[in-house]
Amino acid sequence: MTSETLLTVDDFSVVYDVDPPVEAVRHVSLALQRGEILGLAGESGCGKTTLAYGIQRLLKPPAVITSGRAVFHDESGEDIDINALDADAMRAFRWDKVSMVFQGAMNALNPVASIGRQLEDVFLTHRPSMGRAERREECAGLLDLVGVGRERMRSYPHELSGGMRQRVMIAMAMALRPQLMIMDEPTTALDVLVQREILEQISDLRSKLGFSVIFITHDLPLLLEISDRIAVMKDGVIVELASALDIYSDAQHEYTRRLLSSFPSLTGERGDFIRGSESTPTTTEAAL
Amino acid sequence: MRFLLRRLAFYAFTAWAAITINFFLPRMMKGDPITAYLQKHQSEFNPEAIDSLRTLFGLDSDASLLQQYLDYWRLLFSGDLGRSFSKGLAPVTEVIASALPWTLGLVGVATILSFLIGTGVGAFIGWRRGSRADYVVPFATFFSTVPYFWMGLIVIAIFSTRLGWFPASHAYDKGSSPEWSWDFIGQVIAHGTLPALTIVFASLGGWVLGMRNMMITVLDEDYVTVAEAKGLAPQRVMTRYAARNAVLPQLSSFALALGFIVGGTLVMELVFSYPGVGKLLLDATNAKDWPLMQGLFLVITLAVLVANILADIAHAMLDPRTRMMES
Repeated sequence: MTSETLLTVDDFSVVYDVDPPVEAVRHVSLALQRGEILGLAGESGCGKTTLAYGIQRLLKPPAVITSGRAVFHDESGEDIDINALDADAMRAFRWDKVSMVFQGAMNALNPVASIGRQLEDVFLTHRPSMGRAERREECAGLLDLVGVGRERMRSYPHELSGGMRQRVMIAMAMALRPQLMIMDEPTTALDVLVQREILEQISDLRSKLGFSVIFITHDLPLLLEISDRIAVMKDGVIVELASALDIYSDAQHEYTRRLLSSFPSLTGERGDFIRGSESTPTTTEAAL
Repeated sequence: MRFLLRRLAFYAFTAWAAITINFFLPRMMKGDPITAYLQKHQSEFNPEAIDSLRTLFGLDSDASLLQQYLDYWRLLFSGDLGRSFSKGLAPVTEVIASALPWTLGLVGVATILSFLIGTGVGAFIGWRRGSRADYVVPFATFFSTVPYFWMGLIVIAIFSTRLGWFPASHAYDKGSSPEWSWDFIGQVIAHGTLPALTIVFASLGGWVLGMRNMMITVLDEDYVTVAEAKGLAPQRVMTRYAARNAVLPQLSSFALALGFIVGGTLVMELVFSYPGVGKLLLDATNAKDWPLMQGLFLVITLAVLVANILADIAHAMLDPRTRMMES
């Protein structure tokens, strides 16, 4: 892995301008390396989704970005200050450089359009010069790639299972070969088996295509397994940012330790809260 | 396909029920309409004429109810709805046919216009929620609560009596008769403007508010955020993602509105003395003209049915989920 930086977030703050104002993200700074999987962990409401939306400038009022900036270091060597882009440039930037997979696969697809059309939408907008046949072929290839299969092009979202919908979303996120993919709890609504398949798929695709991932979840053991580095967030502040191994074996912050201890280990005492057999080996694997 | 057949069976049953009720209704009334009619016009008829009238209205035979019912269906299919007392014994079909185009033209055009404009405006101000476009909302609410007929009277008072821009009543100038000439078409438009305006203004508010509220609901859906994150042009997000979903509930209301085009504007036609179906129904009721009333009820019922079929088809075309659920 190269140590080249892909995204620099500097002193980033977001406030929800309600009464009283909520400081959802407070002076967050982090640097993401090219090709890296960065885990963003924390309890519900800690501001991790707000941070991700803020980087993509997808926040709607009453959310206001009060300070800081996010700079994207493009492959071409150009540095793009995301906050300084005008509306058109922002739209061109979205999905092309940074794409997202959203929480809640069930509602992320437009119910009245076939998934083929929704995939094509991406190319229509960002690659207007592409011919119709080429576009179709590209979409079919993407569906094959994520294991949904090209014969599903004409299916509607309600005809697919939750796991398949999430795969379609991943296919869509990869459509333009972005350099960064932000995944916001992509597997939370799915059962552990489907979750595992999808995670393996993401890892596969990443090693094939070499994009970076910001992976947002509250599931710390899962992050320990898949990510290179983990940022732990609490009340809008990143309290600890270290490699997965360091977080697991040598957590510095008291909150990280509390978060870790809330998941039982394989050798935990009988009678402790028993988590699904699926993810307990996970923690040990990552620690090895 | 099975979906279509099931819907068709349902509509066939509804049509049968409506027509059967239409058959029995006058038979449950006290006395027969002929006697009432004859009493009113006693001096004008000699006994032979009375006999032939009774024959004409089928009151001379002692056919059983079942036989009458079957005859009713047979005549219905041959397009014979009987004769109207109050319109000089003209066939009911002809009387209705002379009124129907006026209503369909005026109310139909006005309703469709109102739906299109209202839904468009609603989609736009829903999309721009929280901006200055929201000032439309109180006006829309105000206009949607004003009764048709009252607005009609105001419109007549301003544009016809005071300003003299448009004629206040009838479908065309007195003294001219329907024909395909530019002059006549111009008259129809001039006479139709005020009632059409009234209908559009009175119903516009409902469409605007309905669409705006649906838009605001839909805009919070994840797929709209996804569409924005995909970098699609705002116009595309608004039309293909937001409005496309928000318009679905509007369609059901639109189908109902279409169904009521034929029967639902009685007061409006009265205010403007417009020679449509509503006014005809009122005349028929006043004159106790049973055959004509029966014919009108039939036409109104069928109109509602046809509108519902259209709505079903539109829904199936626009919403893939309904296609699945019902098949």
